[in-house]
Amino acid sequence: MAQRVLMEGSAAMAESAIQSGCRFYAGYPITPSTEILEYMAARMPGVGGVCMNAESEIEAIGMVWGAAGCGVRAMIASTGQGISLMQESFAELANAQIPIVAVNMCRGQGDYFQSTRGGGHGDYRFIVLAPASAQEAVDLAALAFHLADKWRNPVMIMGDFLLSHTSEMVEFGRFSAAPLPPKTWATTGARGRRGITLSPLGPSEKLSTDVATALANVTAKHPKIKVEEVRVDAGFLDDAALVVVAFGFPGRFVKYAVRLARAKGLRVGYLRPISLWPFPSEAVAAVAARGSALAVYELNAGQMIEDVQLAALGRVPVHFIGGISHDHSGFGVGPALTVETIASRIEAVYPRAAA
Amino acid sequence: MSDALSQRSPTAPLRGKHGEEMEKVFEKPDLLLRTEHSLCPGCGEPVTLRIILELIQELDLRDQTICVCGIGCYTAFPMIIDLDVLQALHGRAPSVATGAKRVQPDRFVFTLQGDGDMVSEGLQEIIHSAARGENFTAVLLNNGVFGETGGHMTATTVLGQHTKTTPGGRDLAKHGNPIKISELIAQLDGVAYVARAAVHNPTGIKLTTQYLRDAFQTQLAGKGFSFVEVLTMCPTDWFVGPDQGPAWLDANLKTTYPLGVLKDSRQ
Repeated sequence: MAQRVLMEGSAAMAESAIQSGCRFYAGYPITPSTEILEYMAARMPGVGGVCMNAESEIEAIGMVWGAAGCGVRAMIASTGQGISLMQESFAELANAQIPIVAVNMCRGQGDYFQSTRGGGHGDYRFIVLAPASAQEAVDLAALAFHLADKWRNPVMIMGDFLLSHTSEMVEFGRFSAAPLPPKTWATTGARGRRGITLSPLGPSEKLSTDVATALANVTAKHPKIKVEEVRVDAGFLDDAALVVVAFGFPGRFVKYAVRLARAKGLRVGYLRPISLWPFPSEAVAAVAARGSALAVYELNAGQMIEDVQLAALGRVPVHFIGGISHDHSGFGVGPALTVETIASRIEAVYPRAAA
Repeated sequence: MSDALSQRSPTAPLRGKHGEEMEKVFEKPDLLLRTEHSLCPGCGEPVTLRIILELIQELDLRDQTICVCGIGCYTAFPMIIDLDVLQALHGRAPSVATGAKRVQPDRFVFTLQGDGDMVSEGLQEIIHSAARGENFTAVLLNNGVFGETGGHMTATTVLGQHTKTTPGGRDLAKHGNPIKISELIAQLDGVAYVARAAVHNPTGIKLTTQYLRDAFQTQLAGKGFSFVEVLTMCPTDWFVGPDQGPAWLDANLKTTYPLGVLKDSRQ
């Protein structure tokens, strides 16, 4: 077994990115993602990479665009506010089929819609992964670079304040995958070949005006991604009268609260989407088909619950037991994020589910 | 096309009206994949593109070149030039070029932006890239108007200039002053070369060629940020005839934006 080390989630994710071949990072300081920028600034020069402390989020994503367009694995991180500024580039990076990894260390979980729907224009999608621990952040960062290159599509990792700032034991290098084909689409200088145009506006072949096919190719992969890239963590589903759906770091609190409920004899299960897009709709639908009621815990006003409701198709009740919760910092870590609170909310809706 | 010309074998010599052999003195640059373009008659942008392509050929840079293109009328160029092109969003070319050059420092990187793209939408990006001394060449095609949208005021529209959003002419009191971007950039540390030229007459084209060559060589020598502003004709959105563009440029743009080298750290 490889050596395990104690690291903050931010640093662990940044280190995993570097070990996955990331050689370009650009960022703009903003809590709680700043530690990724700090780690990259210290670590990148040692591996021959580049870290840019950009003058704005808009410039940072432009720089990442340039590096990734040249075929280099590139990453950016921010929090929801900064991610908002990058939306035009996000939409067009997807249209240009340029693979990047974007990390959103959210304040609370209010950026579920922003991550899974996006604020950009057009028919684009990001693959979105939500780690619940530093170790999962390490594993998913490696997976994110692989998926981005495999699909030529941006991948977002949605974390939060606790993930970013909690130190845990982690082990690197657990991810492995078959090698991917060379990036012949990258702009590296046209040595030995015709030049190419890497553009969100149309085809890469010179003289071609087939914009329709180029844009259709961008979305043609969406159904395949929905089939191949769903990831979910679940437990106690078989006999459950109530299944609690939660994602990210709060998903761990829910898992613990569900164990407490089980200890009290309540038939409660949990379902934690690891991929937020594609959403594990079939897993939720299977729960609903068995007749288990659903509850959703998320630290926002109710966003993922819409995906749960869509998957449940009205077959079972879907209870909302989350909510906006902040302390004075405004970083989304409030009184609602305790095992006791979650357990009491589960117990409050359980009688209606078990009836 | 005469029958004689269309039936000529590609290797046969050109012949004139009386059958005399003619020397071919003018043809499209090899890097131009076709001679047709979709820009208006009298436009200065294709003239500038031609100069750039000829220089890339002259300096043997094709295989190592990455062009980062902005959004404007000139966005029609990437598909007809045999170079690797990274298409950037409106205003963002300098940042994209920064990323491209930083990961491939041995490549030759230049940006192509209009005045709307660079000076209106992307002013912050060009200033920061210049101040960082990024080792790429930024080319500004300045015609003082949003050409692609059909004639609207940009940050370089000169005082008195009629556009669809400055009916009656750009008025200092209502619209403020145009930005002299070359002067702004030349004062920044980290900037190695700044020059302004125009492509409205043969002398101007010669000067533009010289400035662009010097800028390219500044980058090749690793000296830092190089910048060439090229005043280009836009008769369509200056609301004059195609043949009136050069005279309008002389009388209006050049008076606000004087030509010459503003900074050359190689000297």
